[in-house]
Amino acid sequence: MKVVILGCGRLGAHLARRLDRAGHNVAIIDRSSESFARLGNDFQGTIVLGTGIDEDILRRAGIENADAFIAVSNGDNTNAMAAEIAKLVFNVPRVVARLYDPVRQETFDALGLMETVCPTVMASDRIYDLITAAGTAP
Amino acid sequence: MYIIIVGGGKVGYYLAKMLLQDEHEVLIVEKDKRKCDIISAELGAVVLRGDGTDSGVMEEAGMARADVVVAVTGDDEDNLMICQMAKRKFDVERRIARINNPKNKRIFELLGIDRTVSVTDLILAQIEREIPAQSLVHLLTLREAGVSFVEAKVPPDSPVIGKRLRDLRIPDDCVIPLIIRNGAGIIPYGETTLAADDEVVAVTALESEDVLERLFGGKTLEA
Repeated sequence: MKVVILGCGRLGAHLARRLDRAGHNVAIIDRSSESFARLGNDFQGTIVLGTGIDEDILRRAGIENADAFIAVSNGDNTNAMAAEIAKLVFNVPRVVARLYDPVRQETFDALGLMETVCPTVMASDRIYDLITAAGTAP
Repeated sequence: MYIIIVGGGKVGYYLAKMLLQDEHEVLIVEKDKRKCDIISAELGAVVLRGDGTDSGVMEEAGMARADVVVAVTGDDEDNLMICQMAKRKFDVERRIARINNPKNKRIFELLGIDRTVSVTDLILAQIEREIPAQSLVHLLTLREAGVSFVEAKVPPDSPVIGKRLRDLRIPDDCVIPLIIRNGAGIIPYGETTLAADDEVVAVTALESEDVLERLFGGKTLEA
């Protein structure tokens, strides 16, 4: 599977390494060249320096024949817009965006263009469950 | 009208100033404290400090009762987010976005944000106009309506010179309401003959732009 990832932060780099090790064809985009150090020395994929909301940069990462696009830069707005470009301009079959803001997540989920992941809601749910789980002292 | 401007840079500031003069209710949303201070010192209490792409801030700004939202930050992704949230979450009827990278115009249009202003495009159009024998200059494109206003300058060696408008093969879905000759406007009719350096303004269906371009570009002898 050909996967393009936007954002080489902790999550982007982690995913990139994992997909790369599993034998997938990975390209990762980031605005800062230092961030690529997170990929380690054994990363086999492609790295592309630039902004993820530019069609030319996305093309350079091979988005035209990508099976999946993952937007996990540290900006919700960038992720939403990059995901929209991936879907509407390049027709990427699977598009996933990380959105920190739960309200934005709801809005973009309803739009139906992309799958969204909201770490705020996920972590909140998990922590809530942990402290309210049966057996926990009141 | 209640107009919310997101982005308190130069564009946002001067826009607010003019709209206030026209007695509209205006609110600028700006992240930067220094910019907020300057705006409120100059224009009064018309600033809300905060991230205008954040739904909580949008709510505080009274987005739900806004008649128009104008997104003029320096970042296209922020302007897109503002307009999309304004449209989908707050039902704001009119949304206008500034675009920095002209290529992003298409994305905004695909997402239903059809009122966009691209400074880069405006400057480009100005440059196009200065270059002789250049093809069509776009004055205004109404993509949803499928119509554009274009201008073409008749090159000195054009085959259309001396021809009557009625004798040109102008497509049916295209009209020429104005010719500018030596700086003066002429409302043409079928008998009007074209001269070198005429600036021909046309209203045309988008599909027919190519035909016009060939007709006035001086590239073929189709006329």
